[in-house]
Amino acid sequence: MVAVVDWAVIVASLAYAAWALVAVARNQPPREPYVIGAGVVELLILVQAVVAVVLMIADGAPDETATFVGYLLMNLIIVPLGLFWALAEKSRWGTSVLVVAALVVPVLVVRLQQLWDAGAG
Amino acid sequence: MSVTSQRSSGPGRLLIAVYAVFALAASARAAVQIATKFDDAPVAYLLSAFAALVYIVATVALARPGATARRVALTAVTVELIGVLTVGAITAFDPGDFPDDTVWSVFGRGYGFVPLVLPVLGLLWLRHTARASAAS
Repeated sequence: MVAVVDWAVIVASLAYAAWALVAVARNQPPREPYVIGAGVVELLILVQAVVAVVLMIADGAPDETATFVGYLLMNLIIVPLGLFWALAEKSRWGTSVLVVAALVVPVLVVRLQQLWDAGAG
Repeated sequence: MSVTSQRSSGPGRLLIAVYAVFALAASARAAVQIATKFDDAPVAYLLSAFAALVYIVATVALARPGATARRVALTAVTVELIGVLTVGAITAFDPGDFPDDTVWSVFGRGYGFVPLVLPVLGLLWLRHTARASAAS
């Protein structure tokens, strides 16, 4: 995978999680800026997924292809799902859902990197 | 509070979100294991699928209002706690039976021990919301 894209996703999702965590601490419900922020994170994840698919076609998929694709798909849906679930709760607990969703992303990216580095078949 | 279930508001919102993450992760993991290498460790992979099912049922039941959903959630979360304790104990002392990891292996070590804490929080939350609705 492309390290720059991976790191962009990791840094953006961690920054977003930290930002949302501040809002949780301040007792703020999920508001519009957090929707826009989630959109930015999701855009980067989308770019990463497209890059990964292109690389898989060009250079061959990692040995554990099914797991790799599964993580890619989960990474794509986690932020929108989190946002959907968060926005219906007009309290700090809604915002806390955004923190959790954003923290799943870097974990998935690291797992994707491990699977990719384990070798292309 | 009766229109939107008490269980899915406030801290429950966060709890159900974490449950949903585990439902997703366990399902995806079990699906891949069973589809690609079932013969390697059928017991572990069937257990993965069972754990996934428990998380799915718990997530949906916690999110839905009503007394039936509460009973289903209570059962699912209890099964989850027994599952993580049993599988955790077996894998911690005799890993031979489970050559490949499941969500519950070694008390959920591969997932930061969240699988061990989650059912306890689930049971506490179910008790809390039951008391709150009894008091109102």
